[in-house]
Amino acid sequence: MKRTFLKTVAVALASMAVGSAFAADITGAGATFPFPMYAKWAEAYKKETGTGLNYQSIGSSGGIRQIRAKTVAFGASDAPVSGADLEKDGMVQFPAIIGGTVPVVNLEGFKPGELRVTGPVLAEIFLGKIAKWNDAKLAALNPGKTLPDQNITVVHRADGSGTTFNWTDYLSAVSKEWADSVGKGAAVKWPAASSVGGKGNEGVAANVTRVKGAVGYVEYAYVKKNNMNFLQLQNADGKYVSPDDKTFAAAAASADWFSVPGMGISMVNAKGAESWPVSTASFILMYKDPADKAQSAEVLKFFDWAFKNGKGMATELDYVPLPDSLTAEIRSKVWSQIKK
Amino acid sequence: MSVGTTMSSQPGSAKKTDAPTESMVSIARRQRLQDIFFHRLTQSLSLLVLAALLGIIVSLFIYAWPTFHKFGVQFIWRVEWDIINEEFGAAIAIVGTLASAGIALLIAVPLAFGIALFLTETCPVWLRRPLGTAVELLAAVPSIIYGMFGLFVFAPLFADYFQMPVQKLLGSMPLVGFLFGGSTNGFGILAAGIVLAFMVLPFVAAVMRDVFEIVPPILRESAYGLGCTTWEVVRRVVLPYTQKGVIGGIMLGLGRALGETMAVTFVIGNANRMPTSLFSPGTSIASTLANEFGEAADFHLSTLFALGFLLFVITFVVLSAAKILMLRAEKAKGL
Repeated sequence: MKRTFLKTVAVALASMAVGSAFAADITGAGATFPFPMYAKWAEAYKKETGTGLNYQSIGSSGGIRQIRAKTVAFGASDAPVSGADLEKDGMVQFPAIIGGTVPVVNLEGFKPGELRVTGPVLAEIFLGKIAKWNDAKLAALNPGKTLPDQNITVVHRADGSGTTFNWTDYLSAVSKEWADSVGKGAAVKWPAASSVGGKGNEGVAANVTRVKGAVGYVEYAYVKKNNMNFLQLQNADGKYVSPDDKTFAAAAASADWFSVPGMGISMVNAKGAESWPVSTASFILMYKDPADKAQSAEVLKFFDWAFKNGKGMATELDYVPLPDSLTAEIRSKVWSQIKK
Repeated sequence: MSVGTTMSSQPGSAKKTDAPTESMVSIARRQRLQDIFFHRLTQSLSLLVLAALLGIIVSLFIYAWPTFHKFGVQFIWRVEWDIINEEFGAAIAIVGTLASAGIALLIAVPLAFGIALFLTETCPVWLRRPLGTAVELLAAVPSIIYGMFGLFVFAPLFADYFQMPVQKLLGSMPLVGFLFGGSTNGFGILAAGIVLAFMVLPFVAAVMRDVFEIVPPILRESAYGLGCTTWEVVRRVVLPYTQKGVIGGIMLGLGRALGETMAVTFVIGNANRMPTSLFSPGTSIASTLANEFGEAADFHLSTLFALGFLLFVITFVVLSAAKILMLRAEKAKGL
């Protein structure tokens, strides 16, 4: 008992000494979607190195704002910043983790993934053009299933969110009408007359599980955690797929990361028979010529460590870690631009 | 301490001589200094409240300026909330705020009046205390609890046992049918109004009971002695006597309903569309702020400040209107 106490004191002192010898904790702010991942990595990293991470999950646009104000060493955003803006701000951008957004429904009598939907039909539901579950278009996609004569309630995020950006990015990619009349963004004008908003992924999940006939979209982790009913989606190759780490990884594998400056590619509607069509990456933003070079180097050390050692933790939390080939390229092509 | 010692020393020294002694002068001086100090201290503290109020108004206005500059006064009645194209108007949120708070008062005030009446006039004495305490406790429940109750308990029941039957019954009626159109998913302006009513009801009832209790028993008993019924006593004696307090209580309830954030956010539906029926989802100023502040940037952020400024103005106008009403009523009574 006494020994363990002494040990903890010693470890605490040692970690304090290490912490003060090097820079203080790394500071970062931004996207809420990867927050559980960064928190888990940070905990393990602190145990190993003594350097902690102070990450504030204030939302993607908040993260971009904070890094522009130079109050943090890195910003995090689910929606990539454009190459031109990166150039103007003197920043670099790289993906850190991959996940997926999933359409969830509340329909009695159906198992998760039992119902299928195509991108254009999903867009029509979110446009409010398909207002009942027994609509002919939905019935045609699900032969042999008796769909209920029930009104559809569209549930969306009430707060601005990277998840919404990804979702509307996907709907814009599969439906010209959605792209023209609504567009993509962290918060959009939801056209369906029945649509209601929920705050955060948990708010959308709560509303969908509560309202009969509801359809919404949440991050994959919430689908698993709440055991929600989801829809199978048709991908760009015409195959119906269910969301899981394999289909997210397939989408990531088919992506051509360096085709866009700042790696800000959109993975929605990715090619590949196994690809989940609403897979997304969460990005990290850093300055090429940071004011605090020591802090910036610590951030790179942290992500270097996480890319090497954090894969198991990522799968545990239902995220998809970046493949080794990609992290090698990030090190050689992106991190090399950051002055040390 | 010092008050005690001076009290005891003063009569003693006054007996000895009429002229003020040096010690008396010094005590008086010290007391005057203490008085001045205390006066200044309390004065500066109350001025601090004024400074905070002005500071909030001014800073809200400064942050909101880009929005007011772009849209002008039209911002107040523009029906638009398009974050991507940066086209904003406050009408949707203002209508949602006023409608939900109005519905809340329509429901809560009569009920609160009944509760207060029962507690002060007809309730058996042994029941008065437990019931009164229960009302006070309800008034102290945090609003988020009402929001959770609204979302998880009230909204599903409301959808199945109120919205659906009412829509079937009245939905196709001329003139009023449109009020009950739209989706019946448990969210909306009416749902928010009812949850708000739950929330302000104990609050208004507690204030009303307190003011009803201050009516002097002699007035009440005289009226009963003249053969008045309970209703006549309340109508002719209690209400006129407590008018000011009752209106004050209602206004406090209204203020709470207008600014309520979490309870409303849970059930109003958070849709930035102009509500077309009592069942249609909408949004209130406070819930829009709560939802969108975290991810707002640049012009959008300034618009949210503008909404906050408008909520401030609305609350201010409502409270001043109540004050003017009360003053008028007093003048009419010749007080």
